[in-house]
Amino acid sequence: MSDFIRLCIEFFKTGLFAVGGGLASIPFLKEMAVKYGWFTIEDLTTMIAVSESTPGPIGVNMATYVGFHMYGLAGGIAATLSLVAPSIIVICIVAKILEKFRSSPIVNGVFEGLRPAVCGLIIAAVMSIYISSLLNVSLWQSTGNMLSLFNWKACGLFAVLLAFYLYKPKIHPIVIICAAAAAGIVFGF
Amino acid sequence: MKVLWDLYVSWFKMGLFTFGGGYAMLPMIQKEVIEKHHWATEDEIMDYYAIGQVTPGIIAVNTATFVGYKIKGVIGGILATLGVISPSIIIISVIAGLISNFSELEVVQHALRGIQVAVCVLMFVAIKNLFKKGVKGTAGLIICLSMFALSYFTNISTMILVIIAGAVGYVLSTVRRKGGAEQ
Repeated sequence: MSDFIRLCIEFFKTGLFAVGGGLASIPFLKEMAVKYGWFTIEDLTTMIAVSESTPGPIGVNMATYVGFHMYGLAGGIAATLSLVAPSIIVICIVAKILEKFRSSPIVNGVFEGLRPAVCGLIIAAVMSIYISSLLNVSLWQSTGNMLSLFNWKACGLFAVLLAFYLYKPKIHPIVIICAAAAAGIVFGF
Repeated sequence: MKVLWDLYVSWFKMGLFTFGGGYAMLPMIQKEVIEKHHWATEDEIMDYYAIGQVTPGIIAVNTATFVGYKIKGVIGGILATLGVISPSIIIISVIAGLISNFSELEVVQHALRGIQVAVCVLMFVAIKNLFKKGVKGTAGLIICLSMFALSYFTNISTMILVIIAGAVGYVLSTVRRKGGAEQ
């Protein structure tokens, strides 16, 4: 199967199974990175930053970015349309049986399991981002020195920015991203 | 025809002016959908949001499909959805093109490595909020931790894990309901 069709199928699957908003697509994207090698964990991290700092739903932004990264404009459009196709189909069906769907014990039961599960899946996907951004696994393996495992500059910046963001949670994510980019340039990350 | 065009343009605007999607989009929806076009009432929008969270896909996209479907059936749903995703496709394509052209530059690489740390910060806070909202009780905590472990330490696909979690939730709630009925 050509990669282009595979890309569309993977995003259709993501649209169908990523329940509960944009972040829920991150585990699926991480799986694409690992399974097909279409992009690296670093690319994924950049995509999340771009999606957070541009308008529009995060899931849609990430689909466009991944598609564009692989096949240019046509890829971006194809990936995005594949992502939203399941929504259109499912919602058009649900809209007809709105009341029944909302009060259904089956639907409510299923979501009792899905809500905490999605949280666990996102944490697992984000672990890879943390490892690639804050640790030096290869350096640690070659030196065997525990201290060299941590990317100290990155960990320091992480602590400072996190403290700031927790102290001022209303601040727009783009401010954090710009500050980190500036720090990256100034301190030569 | 005019209504279809209005649906597209109006959702295009909402896609263009909201950062983050989801709940960040509510104020724009109130202005465009409820006050300006009278396509839905406040209560209907809250219902769409609630259902948007328990149906697959992106909440903003689901809400657009709902409103469009209500006004003009399937075609309306499709056009509203295309409207809300069009700005993303245009903006992201431009940025992705720029990044791939400039990513060789050393200064851009330093900036991107700094940005990776910012993503770690943003994800930390996002997950903290998600955990507070979505993981409730011992059962919730066990499901969350076991899904984390299965996803991180095994190669089972995310799709399968989502299906398993849904089934577990259904079984748990059925058992609890039956238990309640017996007492």
